[in-house]
Amino acid sequence: MKCVKCRNKALVQIRRHNSAFCQPCFEEYFTNQVARAIKEEHMLTHQDRVLVAVSGGKDSLALWDVLLNLGYETAGLHIHQGIFDYSASSFEKTTRYAESRGARLITIDLGAEGDLEIPSVAGSTRRTECSACGLIKRHYFNKVALEEGFTIMATGHNLDDEAARLLGNVLRWQSAYLAVQTPVLEATHPRLVKKVKPLFRLSEYETASYAFLRGIDYIVEECPFSHDAIQLQYKEVLNRLEHRSPGTKQSFVLGFLREGRRAFAETTEVHLKECLSCGYPTTGEVCGFCRLQQEVQHARSGVRK
Amino acid sequence: MGEGSMRVILFPKREEKEIPGRRRVADVLKALDIIPETVLVAQGSTLVTLDEMVEADAVLRIIPVISGGHNGEVCEVS
Repeated sequence: MKCVKCRNKALVQIRRHNSAFCQPCFEEYFTNQVARAIKEEHMLTHQDRVLVAVSGGKDSLALWDVLLNLGYETAGLHIHQGIFDYSASSFEKTTRYAESRGARLITIDLGAEGDLEIPSVAGSTRRTECSACGLIKRHYFNKVALEEGFTIMATGHNLDDEAARLLGNVLRWQSAYLAVQTPVLEATHPRLVKKVKPLFRLSEYETASYAFLRGIDYIVEECPFSHDAIQLQYKEVLNRLEHRSPGTKQSFVLGFLREGRRAFAETTEVHLKECLSCGYPTTGEVCGFCRLQQEVQHARSGVRK
Repeated sequence: MGEGSMRVILFPKREEKEIPGRRRVADVLKALDIIPETVLVAQGSTLVTLDEMVEADAVLRIIPVISGGHNGEVCEVS
């Protein structure tokens, strides 16, 4: 198979585009796709300070790599979740990448943040590890970005992530989630930072190929708590469809963003208040993060709700 | 002439399989019941495409592309 651009030997085949690329042309294609997403969706400019959520996985490190190469002012934010060897390895790979690029890395150690390591939180509350993890990460992403003066929070969600999330939201007709499933979430409150997903046009296969070919040492293992996560099952279904009909995931996600999301956004109103406990925006009286902290404190002091 | 077997290493557990004879990458994945979109196939330090013919004495690494769950990518979000 030959590269569609230079006719050298291809290393990466992208069936949904009926294309294949050699290494230099693939890296150019990948970078252009990110630049296109940033431009078309008005994600960020070179005047922004961008905080990139970096887990040590292929997506977040690939995203940081491209943003650095494109000359954006970035720092990484790594949340050490206390998930045994997995978190230790994630931290090591993230740190090593940051050092190799001479880039600033901010680390939040959940153990030092009131014993909020994910296994411990899940063990002392009725929440699953994934539920606690998502809630805690979202809180710190916004908090750190705001406190450190970043104007943008960037995450490495890719096309497969967005397709799996969309399938889950459609299967349950989660109108409120569908209304905000978008690659750009504007800062709708002074204490919210704008969130962007510059990899949303690129598949998981493409981000893994990019990280591999760029020699980025990323964590291949899955989080030990994610093995039965429903989103992985959605991904499996979508991959079978994609194999039979290349382009399915892309048309599902981009079609929704073009044709479907507006209808949900127009009928869903979100009224933000400030959390009575921490002051960060929430739709209730007390935000989810503070409620989680209270649950942990109650459980550890032996108080049953 | 004996055909020999190629060695296939499945990451992240580094489980090893032997696949007899020279084959296209697509046929190797089919023999292992793996959907091509879900893995990288590496030979040495480079990637190979599905149409590539692999010799019987080759060593292939198969690396899943679904990783993490650590950055909100695959975790439940609500």
